[in-house]
Amino acid sequence: MNYAVTRMLAPVRLPFVVTPGEALSRFLSALVEGRLIGERCSECSKVVLPPRGACPTCGIATNPRDNVTVSDGGTVVMFCIVNIPFEGQTIKPPYVYASILLDGADVPLLHLVEVPVDKARMGMRVRAEWAPPTERKPSLEAIRWFVPTGEPDASYEAYKEYA
Amino acid sequence: MRDVAIASFAQATFERSSKDEVELLVDVITRARAESRLSKSDIGFTCSASCDYLGGRPFSFVSALDAVGAWPPISESHVEMDGAWALYEAWVRLQHGDVDAALVYAFGRSSQGNLNQVLSTQLDPYFLAPLWPEGDSLAGLQARAMIDAGVCSEDEIGSIATPRYGDGAAAMVLVAGPLLERASNAAVIRGIDHRIEAHSIGARDLTRSSSTQLAAEKAGACRRDVDVAVACAPYAYQEILLRRALSLTDRTRFTFLGGNSVYPYIVAGLSSVGEAFAKIASGKALSAVAHATSGPCLQQNLVCLLEVQP
Repeated sequence: MNYAVTRMLAPVRLPFVVTPGEALSRFLSALVEGRLIGERCSECSKVVLPPRGACPTCGIATNPRDNVTVSDGGTVVMFCIVNIPFEGQTIKPPYVYASILLDGADVPLLHLVEVPVDKARMGMRVRAEWAPPTERKPSLEAIRWFVPTGEPDASYEAYKEYA
Repeated sequence: MRDVAIASFAQATFERSSKDEVELLVDVITRARAESRLSKSDIGFTCSASCDYLGGRPFSFVSALDAVGAWPPISESHVEMDGAWALYEAWVRLQHGDVDAALVYAFGRSSQGNLNQVLSTQLDPYFLAPLWPEGDSLAGLQARAMIDAGVCSEDEIGSIATPRYGDGAAAMVLVAGPLLERASNAAVIRGIDHRIEAHSIGARDLTRSSSTQLAAEKAGACRRDVDVAVACAPYAYQEILLRRALSLTDRTRFTFLGGNSVYPYIVAGLSSVGEAFAKIASGKALSAVAHATSGPCLQQNLVCLLEVQP
């Protein structure tokens, strides 16, 4: 018998146990306690969040002494509206996913914003809505989403470096 | 061709590390930079080595750049191979003549997965990979071929134990031109070459390492009367093939990295070159040969010849 093979299946399954590193472990543990910690670079004074154990701009090591607690309130510096469904999605589209500059941090954090999509805007002031303490795991899901605070919008000048 | 030399080297190897790639790297890069007495802005080219299959995380080389301080933006490249091949790329880049210093680094955290299995995925995807021959199984086939061909006895081979793959990082600074003239304790790369054999295991003569031999010849390292030689491979029995292929004299002090010591996959080859450099930098040798390997059963090999800075 002679036939063309047009397809073959060769399943690959490789298990990994990913360890986050020391700086990121401190960040993740703090989330369970309802705190956000970043690392202040001793050279440029910028606060990196999530911390990686090094300043990505200066390329020098940071350590636990450089930890600073960052506010859970901040400013939406960029956002997108997710309209497309995809596998593993937990929220029904459309919803808002934003780059949020927390007060006291120099690297924006990506997270959800609980706001009608036609109300989302740059400069909007938001605050974290934490999951109840008993439900918090060491992941960014410890924060359910960010919600608008109702404060006046931040001026573009205040955050343009991060937009 | 112009002279390119190794100015400094730093490494860190662990059985298992709680640090992530950035934390491992920032330490070795800082040490290598400090030892070379060059600043971040002196480095004109950066080349990294890593393999995403080790950590099971895509684009890990991009996030690893956090350890470099890539601001203002830098000229940078990456190989999905052992760090010795990143060294080769940086050596080629320095031959262009417009930049005089390069940073080379490698990292691997194989403790996050089962590397013996992971290595199956580098095989031909239609005929070999679906059978999942693990690294140890292929090593067993090579050892058996060596015994059958009379290369060595079963006793000399010993047992095929799974290598103690570990986590690690290494960094090296290369200099050329005016920065080489200002350097002290540097080791000049007199020759460097890498060669590869067929992908299919069945198409290769597993009883000799022809690519090591050819690379050594092209690097001017074959039958060379050097003070020291450093070779690396995950399995102890592979030392027999490498010693033969490098054809060193009896006078050469030979060091083999692998076998029973922790083997930091992706980092080991750059470590081998780094160890050879350290022998010259510390005054223990005037000349050295270093070897690195990649792929199953010594598929691809790199050899370089180092000499003390004149």
